[in-house]
Amino acid sequence: MLYINCPHCGMRSQNEFSYGGDASVKRPELNKEVTDQEWDNFVYNRKSIRGKHLELWQHISGCRQWIKVERDTATHEIFRTFKADEEVA
Amino acid sequence: MTQAFRIENGGLINRDKKLSFKFNGKTYFGYEGDTLASALLANGVHLVGRSFKYHRPRGFFGAGVDEPYAVVQLYRNGETEPNIKATEQELFEGLEAKSVNCWPNVNFDIGAINNFLKIFLPAGFYYKTFMWPKSFWYRIYEPFIRKAAGLGVASTKHDKERYEHKYEYCDLLIAGSGPSGLAGAYAAAKNGAKVILAEDKPRFGGSLLTSDVNIGNQSGKDWAEGIIAELKTMPNVVVKNRSQIFGYYDHNMLVMSEKVSDHLPSTKKYHPNKRLWYIRAKEVLISSGSIERPIVFGNNDTPGVMLSSAAKEYLKVYGVLVGRKPLVFTNNDSGYETAIEFKKHGVDPVVLDSRKNAESEIIDEAKNLGINIKNSYVVVAAQGYKKVKSADIASISEDKKQLGKIENIQCDCICVSGFWTPTIHLASQSGNKTKFKEEIDAFVPGQSKQNEITLGAANGIFSLDETLKTSFKAGSELSKKITEKDNEIAIPNVVEKKSSQHDKFWCVPLPKGKNYKRFLDFQNDVAVSDVEIALREGYRSIEHVKRYTTLGMATDQGKTSNLNGLQLVSEIENKVVPAVGHTTFRPPYTPVSIGAIVGREVGKHSKPTRKSPMHEWHEKNNAVFVDAGVWLRPRYYKKGNENLFEASKREAKNVRANVGVCDVTTLGKIDVKGPDAAELLNRVYTNAWLKLPVGKARYGVMLREDGIVMDDGTTTRISENHYHMTTTTAQAANVLSHLEYYLQLVWPELNVNVVSTTEQWAGAAIAGPKSRDLLKKLFPNSDVSNEGLPFMGYMEGDLFGVKARIFRISFSGELAYEVNVESDYGNFMWEKIIEAGEEFNIQPYGTEALSTLRIEMGHVAGSELDGRTIPFDNALEGLVSKKKDFIGKRSLQRSAFTAEDRQRIVGVVPLDKQTSIPEGSHLVKDDKAPLPNPKLGHISASCWSVEYDNPFSLAILKDGKNMIGQKLFAMSPLKNKVIPVEIVSSHYVDPKGERVRS
Repeated sequence: MLYINCPHCGMRSQNEFSYGGDASVKRPELNKEVTDQEWDNFVYNRKSIRGKHLELWQHISGCRQWIKVERDTATHEIFRTFKADEEVA
Repeated sequence: MTQAFRIENGGLINRDKKLSFKFNGKTYFGYEGDTLASALLANGVHLVGRSFKYHRPRGFFGAGVDEPYAVVQLYRNGETEPNIKATEQELFEGLEAKSVNCWPNVNFDIGAINNFLKIFLPAGFYYKTFMWPKSFWYRIYEPFIRKAAGLGVASTKHDKERYEHKYEYCDLLIAGSGPSGLAGAYAAAKNGAKVILAEDKPRFGGSLLTSDVNIGNQSGKDWAEGIIAELKTMPNVVVKNRSQIFGYYDHNMLVMSEKVSDHLPSTKKYHPNKRLWYIRAKEVLISSGSIERPIVFGNNDTPGVMLSSAAKEYLKVYGVLVGRKPLVFTNNDSGYETAIEFKKHGVDPVVLDSRKNAESEIIDEAKNLGINIKNSYVVVAAQGYKKVKSADIASISEDKKQLGKIENIQCDCICVSGFWTPTIHLASQSGNKTKFKEEIDAFVPGQSKQNEITLGAANGIFSLDETLKTSFKAGSELSKKITEKDNEIAIPNVVEKKSSQHDKFWCVPLPKGKNYKRFLDFQNDVAVSDVEIALREGYRSIEHVKRYTTLGMATDQGKTSNLNGLQLVSEIENKVVPAVGHTTFRPPYTPVSIGAIVGREVGKHSKPTRKSPMHEWHEKNNAVFVDAGVWLRPRYYKKGNENLFEASKREAKNVRANVGVCDVTTLGKIDVKGPDAAELLNRVYTNAWLKLPVGKARYGVMLREDGIVMDDGTTTRISENHYHMTTTTAQAANVLSHLEYYLQLVWPELNVNVVSTTEQWAGAAIAGPKSRDLLKKLFPNSDVSNEGLPFMGYMEGDLFGVKARIFRISFSGELAYEVNVESDYGNFMWEKIIEAGEEFNIQPYGTEALSTLRIEMGHVAGSELDGRTIPFDNALEGLVSKKKDFIGKRSLQRSAFTAEDRQRIVGVVPLDKQTSIPEGSHLVKDDKAPLPNPKLGHISASCWSVEYDNPFSLAILKDGKNMIGQKLFAMSPLKNKVIPVEIVSSHYVDPKGERVRS
């Protein structure tokens, strides 16, 4: 079970969180024309990364905040966590 | 028999407490502190089971977790548990156990005929033989193999035992209480670290209980007792015996199974049977020790052949002699230690040492005691069927290839030692890449992956002095990092006898003309010849060899067989062992009860049960409940002998004719507040929300980004910046997360807060033509006329002094209202409604009537919004705004979603107006078409229309828009029904929607 550092609450076990997928995906702006390809990339197409992956988790049984977690998908090592509005450098 | 093999004094058992127990129906006696194994051995019982494949007689091989043979069916307090290792099961008064894998009994086992057919049962036999004809597998082969194979029998009864889960955090977790574990724990505890010390056996001390050493001027055993006693007094230390750490998971999470009650005749009141600990440790100290490995020789599975360390443990811990004429067969000094113990208890052993000459303090002691030692000698084969009677022995050449003349010597047990295998399972599970250590011919942990360190024998260090020094140091340094304290500890002096280098020899060659079975894996009957076949047939990877031969599988997971298997593969393949590699060590290290893993989450406890504030009223009024997600909802209210069908029909009819009341507390409710609340709703719902006035409700549909309907519900504008959103019962939590996602990540600029208020409001739907009359009585001070409170209107009201929210919304299609009060007043509200409604013939209605009412009105619910449908499919395209953008809008342009013959909701009526159509039935054009019959659609919901008194269903049908009036067939192969049907409009009742506005 992963041990995730919630930037709001501190170290908490994985069972307090729910997974939210790739955090690098950006939703196209509202009312903006988007091509089929762009829309498909946003809705469906994801890279299955082996290694460092920036992903979303929601601290669903805690502060209910969505957070970003930088995790190695192969080793499960967690490098850093960020608040939703924090820029990932 | 009266414990003929128990020595008069000695051992750690409590001789004051005699216990009786039964094995295979026969009564025996043992002592408190015995295991089932030691008690049977004390009574001279060596035959405990039959082997897996050949049904050969099997006895005891080890004395603990590594035991491959002595697996029994245990009976305790009216329950039975399969596959219990007799070497781990502590004796209690009245224990009952039986052999497994034999029929009719262990002495005469019909399956043993396999032993004579063994040339026909080589590795891969099942794979090769039972492949064809394919149809035979399920009917003939599989049931037969199931019956013949397998070990114990699982109970089919409900398990009345209780199991608990516990979450714990600590600085240092120490796995194993041998010398390294004790030293590490002690040093860390002295530095003030929070320590958990776990020992799988009942007694702490590990190898110190059986070894002949001195630590700080006392025996190893006394030293261990002193350390444990001191640790137990320290508030920062938890010591747990009977507790096996079986899994090392991510981020230093380890799981431990504590056997709380297995050693007792029955579980104490309020105690669990087992407790599963989830432990998050800052540092882990693995001191799991090592397991002796056997040397492979002919018939080495005969009862009476056992590990020399086990023989020593039975003698020193339990005071039991495993034989009176022991033969010790060794390639290292450990065998001598066992021989010395025998000799000290007046038994004369013979030692066969595969080494030509070896000298050490231990061997000197054996020589001084006058023990008969034969160097360059090996056991070629054990003789005897149900028990060792003698051994064929021979001298062996220096290259270990040639055997001398075979001699036969009498013996009643063969104690074998092929050196030690470090128990590296936990380190390997943590991700540690193991490395092969030449000096000990075994794998040891390599670079630590997580915060773990492996010490002592588990790390391939067999010198007690070095073990203690490194372990005190590790415990002290690791804890210092955490507590920043550094209390110095005097490391005690150690007196131990030096041992000599072991011999790499591990397998005795077959003598000419003999074809003895030489077993590698005892639990699965995998012999040297089986591995040879696997390699001959082209299996190369050790993982494949394992699966083809079953080497290292089953309940012991090859604890005594893995390394010898690798040796064999490396010899045949002409590779070194590290090049062969080992199979992956996966948790659990040792079998764990399913009950312990499940814990308290059984039956009704597997999920929370939510009840509305009116639950007690429903109970008192004969409600029959149904699970709706985690909620319990009244399905119908039973009157007299009514069944579900009759009751729900009565309730639904009464709504259409008079007035009914339904508990709708379970609907999800979310408060949406803030200056941008309308903007959020406008983006989330498909329809327009910016112009909804205060005091008005609106029905909305929300999509996922892929265009699929996520949820629907009514949202009401309570005040300028305050909306009350309702969701379906099932999607309440998902919708909240969905809103939070967009507010926190996508549109953080929106100034809106969302919070669940589901628990805060109790809800009652009042539906039927007489509902307004009832409302007037309930709220005499409010204008609830059609003008004062029109359809989709909202107002606050005073319900006999209680503030209430009144919504004029309808799910039933009738004139209807929904009244909400704060949850604490829910029951008050409900009783007032029932009381005031009496003169209008009010009846409560449950979810079944609720479904009937919505189905015949063509209102969609979860069965249509099933994660596969878009608004058009549900005839909701009128709610999809063309002007504004919203979540999922772009996806609605997908070609499949705009196809001319897109699926759509329709009504379905059986032609005979009699036969109810099972939900899930497929709609097809031709009921006689060959299978697979092309499916045009499926029945999503069925009811008995109370308006027309005939069955009615909703369906999602391809090209549904153009199918009205068509005749099709509804087919349900599950219910074996073919029903001719007509497709009609989904709005079966009141298609113009006049009633809700009346």
